Amino acid sequence: MSTPFVRHTGRVAALPRVNVDTDQIIPKQFLKRVERTGFGPSLFYDWRFRPDGAPDPAFELNRPEASGASVLLAGANFGCGSSREHAVWALQEYGFRAVLSVSFADIFYANCCQNGLLAVRLPAEAIAELFDRHERAGGRYDLTVDLEAMTVTDAAGFRATFAMEHYQRDMLLRGLDEIGRTLLAVDRIAAYEQGREA
Amino acid sequence: MNAPRPQTLVAKVWDAHVVHRLPEGPELLYVDLHLVHEVTSPQAFAGLRGKRRTVRRPDLTVATMDHNVPTDDRTRPLGDPVAAQQVEALATNSREFGIELFDLTSPRQGIVHVIGPELGLTQPGMIIVCGDSHTSTHGAFGALAFGIGTTEVEHVLATQCLVATRPRTMEVRFTGTLPTMVSPKDMILALIGRIGTAGATGCVIEYTGDAIRRLSLEGRMTICNMSIEAGARAGMIAPDEMTFEYLANRPRAPHGDAWQRAIERWRGFASDPGAPYDSGVTLDVSDLAPQVTWGTNPGMVTAITGTVPDPTSLATEAEQQAARRALAYMDLEPGMRLAGLPVDRVFIGSCTNARLEDLRAAARVVAGRRVSSRVRAMVVPGSQAVKAQAEAEGLDRVFTAGGFEWRNAGCSMCLGMNSDVLQPGERCAATSNRNFEGRQGRGGRTHLMSPAMAAAAAIAGELVDVREWP
Repeated sequence: MSTPFVRHTGRVAALPRVNVDTDQIIPKQFLKRVERTGFGPSLFYDWRFRPDGAPDPAFELNRPEASGASVLLAGANFGCGSSREHAVWALQEYGFRAVLSVSFADIFYANCCQNGLLAVRLPAEAIAELFDRHERAGGRYDLTVDLEAMTVTDAAGFRATFAMEHYQRDMLLRGLDEIGRTLLAVDRIAAYEQGREA
Repeated sequence: MNAPRPQTLVAKVWDAHVVHRLPEGPELLYVDLHLVHEVTSPQAFAGLRGKRRTVRRPDLTVATMDHNVPTDDRTRPLGDPVAAQQVEALATNSREFGIELFDLTSPRQGIVHVIGPELGLTQPGMIIVCGDSHTSTHGAFGALAFGIGTTEVEHVLATQCLVATRPRTMEVRFTGTLPTMVSPKDMILALIGRIGTAGATGCVIEYTGDAIRRLSLEGRMTICNMSIEAGARAGMIAPDEMTFEYLANRPRAPHGDAWQRAIERWRGFASDPGAPYDSGVTLDVSDLAPQVTWGTNPGMVTAITGTVPDPTSLATEAEQQAARRALAYMDLEPGMRLAGLPVDRVFIGSCTNARLEDLRAAARVVAGRRVSSRVRAMVVPGSQAVKAQAEAEGLDRVFTAGGFEWRNAGCSMCLGMNSDVLQPGERCAATSNRNFEGRQGRGGRTHLMSPAMAAAAAIAGELVDVREWP
C-alpha cells in the first residue's frame, strides 16, 4: 500500500544528466538490507559523497538551494538498468515525491507507481524549459505537480499537462493496495488455473 | 470469411495468460514460473507476513542465492554479516512458505538465469518473472520473461499474477553468417550501439533471422539477456528443434507422453507470417567485428578496430555531455585506439556469459598461455553445474594453469555485491552486461566484451582483436 498522491508543491532539484541508472541512484553495496527503509542516506552515494565520505559540493543535490528538494527534474531515460526497487525507496526516503523527465525506464516507472512516487513524463521542450527556469532562478525554484489535474505548474505561469494510464493514476491517487485488489479476482485466478492444469 | 489475423509470438504468449482484463485497460496475467533470489525478495516476504497472506503457488516458485554470495571459499560463514542476514532470510522464507531453494550447499546452485534453463524449468510459451532485470534471458526459449520490482514480487507471490499493460513489439532481424571469433555478445552489443540504451523502451524485442536460427540456445540466451540494456522489457526467440533438443531430458522438463504433447504445443509459439510489429531493425552480421564498450553504458560501444569517439561528433548536447562525462570517468581521450589499452583485471562470468560454451570459448584462447603479470583474472561459472561440467572437460585446469582464479558460481563481479570488486581506477575487461559508473566497484572502469575477447585481454594484458590471436 503506497501513500496517496494528489498534488504536491515543493523545491526542485535539477539533475541534467541522461541515462541515470539505478546503480547510480542506489549503489549495490547498500542493497543488503532486508527492510524497505534505511536507503535515503545512500541515495546517489558515489555522486553525493567523495571517497573520504565528505559531501561533494559539485554534485547537484548538494547545492544549498536544493536542500529540502522534493521534486526531481531529471534527464531522459531516468532509472535505467537494474530492477532494484531500492532506488525508488531511496528517492522517497530522501524526500522526493515526484520525478520529472522526458522518459523513464519501464521497470523503474512501474516501481514508482507501486510506491506512490509520481513519475511524470513531459515533452522534451517542457523539460528543457523547466531546466532553464530552474537555472534562471538560481536553483531556488518550486513546482506544483497535480495528479488530479494532470498538470505541472510554477508560480510564474509555467503550465504543462501530462498523461498517465488511468489504472496507474487511480492507484496513485488512492494509494491502493494492488495485491488486495487482485485478490478480489481470486475466483477468476482459480478458474484460469483449472483450465491451465486440465 | 476473413483469414485469422497474423499474430506475433509476444501476442500469442500474452493472450494465453490473460486471467482477466481490468476495466481500466491493463490485464491480469498468470505467471508460470517465479524465480526468487536473496536481494530483491526479503521485503516481499515481509509484506506477505505483515498482511497475513501466503504464497499462492509455492510449486511454481523457485529460489536461489546468487547476487551477494562469496565465490571463493563458501564453507565458512559469509564474511559480510549484512549479506549473511539476507541469505539467511531467503532460507527462512523459503522454508516458511514451502518454496524450493537451491542454496549454497546445492550442486544446482547458480545464477538464477543460468539454473532456470539448465534445470528445464524455463520452457517455451511460459510467462516467467523474477525480481531481476536480466530475467529477459529466458526469452531465448520463446518464453515471455521480464524483471519486476519487489512490490510486484510480493504481488506474484500472493496471487501468481501480475497486472501489466500490453507492450509494443520490435522485430530485430539478424541476417548473414557470423564471422569466426565473433560471438552473440558482439551481436547484441552492436544492436545496443545502434539503437541506444533506450532504443527499445516500452517494447518486447523478438529476435528473428537466419543468424539467430544458427545460434545455440546458450548464444540466444546471451542475446536475450542484454535486451534490457537496450531498454526492452524482454527479448524473445521463437522455439525450434534446437530448443527442444536443449530441453529434452532436463530434470524439470516434461517427460514421456507429456514431452510429446509439450513439443506439439510449443511449436505453435512462433510469429505468423506477416505478423505486425510496431517497429523493426535489421542487422547484417557478416562483417561484424568484436565489440568493446568505451563508455559508461552498454550503448557506448564500438568495434575493437575502432577508436574512442569525439563527443562533439554526437548528435545532441545531452549525448555530448554524457560522452564527455563517460570519457573523464573512463580516463580515455577522443581518438584513442581501443586495441592496446592496458587492463588490470579480467572477469569472465555473469548471467550474460558464464555458461559452458562461454567458458569453452575463453579456454580455447587461453590454452597453454599465461595471464599477463600485470593482470588479475577470474572465471566465475554461472552455476555449480556449469562448474562441474567444465571441470569434467578439464577447462578449470586450462584456466588455473594459465593463472586465472577458478571460482564458485554467483553474480560476483558483475555487480560487485560480494567482495569481488574493482579498486578505484582499475580497468577491467568483463564479459558481463553493465559498464555503469561504479558497477564493479567505485571508480572501477569496465569494458564489456565477449568471453574470447576477455580471455585474450587477460593474456595480452591489454585489449586485443581476438581475430588476430595466434
